[in-house]
Amino acid sequence: MVQPLTQSQPPDGSSLSADASGDIPDAHPGKSLTLQTALPLDCGIAMEAVTIAYQTYGCLNAEKNNAILLCHALTGDHFAADPHPVTGKPGWWSNLIGPGKLLDTEKYFLICSNVLGGCMGSTGPSEINPETGKSYGTDFPGITIADMVRAQARLIDALGIDQLFAVIGGSMGGMQVLQWAASYPERVFAAAAIASAARHSSQNIAFHEVGRQAIMADPDWCDGNYALEGKRPVRGLAVARMTAHITYLSEAALHRKFGRRLQDRHDVTFGFDADFQVESYLRHQGFSFTDRFDANSYLYITRAMDYFDLAKDYGGVLANAFYGTKTRFLLASFTSDWLFPTSESRAIVHALNSVAAPVTFVEIETDKGHDSFLLDEPEFHETLEGFLAGSAYLKGLEISPKMAD
Amino acid sequence: MPNSGPTVLTNIRVDLQLVADLVENNSRVLDIGCDDGQLLYHLVHEKQVDGRGIEISHAGVSACAKKGLSVIQGDAETDLSDYPSGIFDYVILSQTLQAVREPRFVLEQLMRIGRYAIVSFPNFGHWRIRAHFALKGVLPNTVTLPHPWYETPNFHLCTIRDFFKLCEIMDLKIEKMIAVNAQGQALYSPTLRWANLIGEQAVFLLSPQVCSTPK
Repeated sequence: MVQPLTQSQPPDGSSLSADASGDIPDAHPGKSLTLQTALPLDCGIAMEAVTIAYQTYGCLNAEKNNAILLCHALTGDHFAADPHPVTGKPGWWSNLIGPGKLLDTEKYFLICSNVLGGCMGSTGPSEINPETGKSYGTDFPGITIADMVRAQARLIDALGIDQLFAVIGGSMGGMQVLQWAASYPERVFAAAAIASAARHSSQNIAFHEVGRQAIMADPDWCDGNYALEGKRPVRGLAVARMTAHITYLSEAALHRKFGRRLQDRHDVTFGFDADFQVESYLRHQGFSFTDRFDANSYLYITRAMDYFDLAKDYGGVLANAFYGTKTRFLLASFTSDWLFPTSESRAIVHALNSVAAPVTFVEIETDKGHDSFLLDEPEFHETLEGFLAGSAYLKGLEISPKMAD
Repeated sequence: MPNSGPTVLTNIRVDLQLVADLVENNSRVLDIGCDDGQLLYHLVHEKQVDGRGIEISHAGVSACAKKGLSVIQGDAETDLSDYPSGIFDYVILSQTLQAVREPRFVLEQLMRIGRYAIVSFPNFGHWRIRAHFALKGVLPNTVTLPHPWYETPNFHLCTIRDFFKLCEIMDLKIEKMIAVNAQGQALYSPTLRWANLIGEQAVFLLSPQVCSTPK
């Protein structure tokens, strides 16, 4: 499988374009790969001509053993380090990626792809269905986390990489990490699942359902065919985002940031304007989200997360998913994360212990909630850095990590 | 990228060195209560062991993770039962047995998951403790047992002789017994009686009794 990396012609004959300029006029910046053979999905459909949009940072070494796959969360995308092409905001892990940084681009070859079902260039409900010439809308097949990972594996094939040095991701990205470790154990040397879970909890499904109902209740959703009608269900999508955004924070963080402070006024207005700063903040978060995200993508990806239950695919025993694994694992959770609480990470640790897998597990103390994995959390960053350094040492990539604290 | 090899370590604590010397190269080791990972790091880098750790304190786990060690936040009483039998060559329990709720259960778990167990604990039979108790009639306050009775984490203190008895009851083979002073240096102790008198701490290397008499 190891073949020289060519930008124009990957080994499987898929077309690999170096950047945005190409056949599709409105393509997003970044790289993309179109699969020449069908991608089998869990729902039973084999999907033709799947496109995977991705970005890379750093260089693949001659041994091809320094590649790290970064898996993005629900509303993330492959612009992990560079400014977002729509919003212009820094990439979601731009604080960690770069020369000399934790994810050192002088040492590692970083790959991040937009998930299947996404809306930033990978095949998703807003893309054109080649069979009908119209956007998929709700004709898009239901997808799973395993489908996303299967698509990523095709990309890794195309890049000529046998084994990834590491797969790293937070939240839904962590689900992909676990799925990678279960589906392709020999292709993952080290796996870091941050603020994640091996299954979506009932409460998490419940919150997603509220979001989906908000989208589908928006008349502009048009039964999913808003693209054909020239409309966009921005109000529904904004409410979905507002709800979800609360779950990414903690009560303490919200209170510290806003308290009961009023927004540009001295007293309440006895109306339904955004009297409170927290309301104004949420409205802003909700509506700015609609600039960069597609409502149907939101439906499909939240569904994929809801369906995720790794143990279910292995006879109901999570440990079976990792039986005989040689992969090194890092699990990290955050004390104030009530969306993916520590107990979920601990369940994975117990499963990994029962197959004697090498695992590091840390619960990081913070009051910033689920979003902590995207924020400046030195304790978490030092842990991830130590894990990568320890893995690199065992892989023969570098000298041993520092003994000093 | 060439592998420049591990940095050479010169110093680890004497008591840890004593434990490290009991471990064979290239073995599989679980260090329970591994603290900041000093011993585990030494074993991984100097003895090429496949090392894992369990540590209860957040600061300890964090320090271990930063050193690249596979260490989980957990404790001996709840997390050992997850591991499959016989998976490790050595299971190390340093200065912890006296602080667990059920020492016998924990010892059983050690013997189940490891081929050998290395157990160290403060010796309540040391002459100074005996003298202290006999002469003053109060519980001792020593370097190895610094806490007053009302806030000590050590609620299952024992003497070297007591531990010997437990090993007998559990049919464990004592491969090695080392009496140790407060600084962790091994002491010359030809007999059990002598060890129990002069050892401020003890280190045991245990294995399941291989040639036990039929019952």
